[in-house]
Amino acid sequence: MSKDLITLEHISKSYDGQMILDDLSLSIYENSFVTLLGPSGCGKTTTLRIIGGFEKPDQGRVIFDGKDITDLSPNKRQLNTVFQKYALFTHMTIADNIAFGLKIKNKSDSYIKDKIKYALKLVNLEGFENRMPESLSGGQQQRIAIARAIVNEPKVLLLDEPLGALDLKMRQDMQYELKRLKEELGITFIYVTHDQEEALTMSDHIVVMNQGYIQQEGSPEKIYNEPENAFVADFIGDSNIIRATMVRDELVDILGAKFACVDTGFGENKPVDVVIRPEDVELVSPEEGTISGVVTDLTFKGVHYEMDVQAGGYEWLVHSTKMSEVGKEVGIKVDPYNIQIMNVPASEDEEAISETI
Amino acid sequence: MKKAIEKIYLTIILIFMYAPILTLIVLSFNSSKSRAKWGGFTLEWYINLLSDEAVASALFNTLTIAILATIFSTIIGTITCVAMIGLPGKLRSVIMGITNIPMINADIVTGISLMLLFRFLHIGAGFTTILLAHITFNIPFVMLSVMPRVKNINFYVYEAALDLGASRTYAFFKTILPDIVPGIISGALMAFTMSLDDFIITYFTKGSGFETLSTLIYNEVKRGIQPEIYALSALIFIVVLTLLLIVYRAPQSKTKEN
Repeated sequence: MSKDLITLEHISKSYDGQMILDDLSLSIYENSFVTLLGPSGCGKTTTLRIIGGFEKPDQGRVIFDGKDITDLSPNKRQLNTVFQKYALFTHMTIADNIAFGLKIKNKSDSYIKDKIKYALKLVNLEGFENRMPESLSGGQQQRIAIARAIVNEPKVLLLDEPLGALDLKMRQDMQYELKRLKEELGITFIYVTHDQEEALTMSDHIVVMNQGYIQQEGSPEKIYNEPENAFVADFIGDSNIIRATMVRDELVDILGAKFACVDTGFGENKPVDVVIRPEDVELVSPEEGTISGVVTDLTFKGVHYEMDVQAGGYEWLVHSTKMSEVGKEVGIKVDPYNIQIMNVPASEDEEAISETI
Repeated sequence: MKKAIEKIYLTIILIFMYAPILTLIVLSFNSSKSRAKWGGFTLEWYINLLSDEAVASALFNTLTIAILATIFSTIIGTITCVAMIGLPGKLRSVIMGITNIPMINADIVTGISLMLLFRFLHIGAGFTTILLAHITFNIPFVMLSVMPRVKNINFYVYEAALDLGASRTYAFFKTILPDIVPGIISGALMAFTMSLDDFIITYFTKGSGFETLSTLIYNEVKRGIQPEIYALSALIFIVVLTLLLIVYRAPQSKTKEN
């Protein structure tokens, strides 16, 4: 990746005595698609609003392109926002909406006209100049909101759950659309969502947040395959999170059975949490399995079957294309690479995090 | 059958409500001075009215006061509503409750208390006191009409304007003001109507020698009713009716657009 464009340094923010962000630090690289992901109330929108200038942090600094912009008002920042509820100017035509920022900057009429045309083409809504926002569908309004933001050539586009109000099909279409826009414009996108699938589909870099803390950041693959704690593992997709004991390097005791793994450096006979994704659990015959149990529930999910397997006193969630009937005795096998070992939360803060799961 | 009864009932109610005013309007075109006899159609009383200097000066006073009171109360009421945006909801409803009290309060109480206040402050009764009184009783009507609009403001739109480079003032005029303008207009029309047809509060705050249309009519009636008064009253009724129709229509057409 290239250089840092935005750096948040030790940001804290509270409302009415309630801590929203606690000493948060974050670097955002130039030309990347960064997603702030977390449940509602985790502080992701507040973080975005601090970057946009709509909220002032109680403590800490916001650095943009090497300059401190903590106290700069939103209209002086080189970034634009796409709001959750579109926030179009309902009494203006689409063309006037898009021209709003350009007119303030006193651009020439011909420049503005070209820009409107270019922006409408970019969001696939050519010829909509004279329509009123209310006559457009939700998805179209959101595209106009994006067009209105990008004509100002911001270095960063902030998107606050822009697809939240759209239906599933439209949301999926817009995900690809946004990814394409990001490639065409070559600017940084900072995207806020609570939808993990949306985050995994679009992002270069995901920042998982909860209760005002960054839980983990990294590429989508890393976040999904190597969650650092139980919160991340649980929030990103389904998972089996089991309290276990690290016997020694590369060997872990899960519910009384010894599983080979690839992790080292946790010490000997130390308590740990393990994460095993449901699609990584292999159901084999009881003799072949590392641990054996009984199938207690079976649901057809379309792409795969979802099964619950009672084994070693824990109900394992299993996704498989092969069906095993309820009541069948099965063995459980897991590839060593698919066992993710995490430290058991030690501090009170971390404990608080895991309690919310 | 049921429908027919409903219609008859409605007609009777409307007759009860509007018969007096209809009588007044009909008599204002009656060429006979007698109230009991129809002497033929005439515009004489309306023409007399136009040439009557006392009426002309009272009309001028009434309009000046109504227009000025409307302007001031609309500005003050609107600014108050906008300023209340930042307040927590509870405090806001308390303030709205307090501002609503003068509307429910009997006019005579408001009139007498204003008169006492002006005496106490040594403000000479006349144009100024009437204007101040009208501004005072109009503000709650303006706020009542503007506040629902303010409550429905979409602040993301204001923030979007800031985000696109607008200053706070420019963003206010471009986003918040257009949203509340229908409320401001109906508030202003309401205030104008209230000011135009107020009698009691004006009567107590006007002092001697200064007349508005309503106080003029009152004085004339004491001396014995002239047909000109019918004409004048009919005109006032028509103006107020027209304004009220506009007030009730304006916000409706806006909601349809939304």
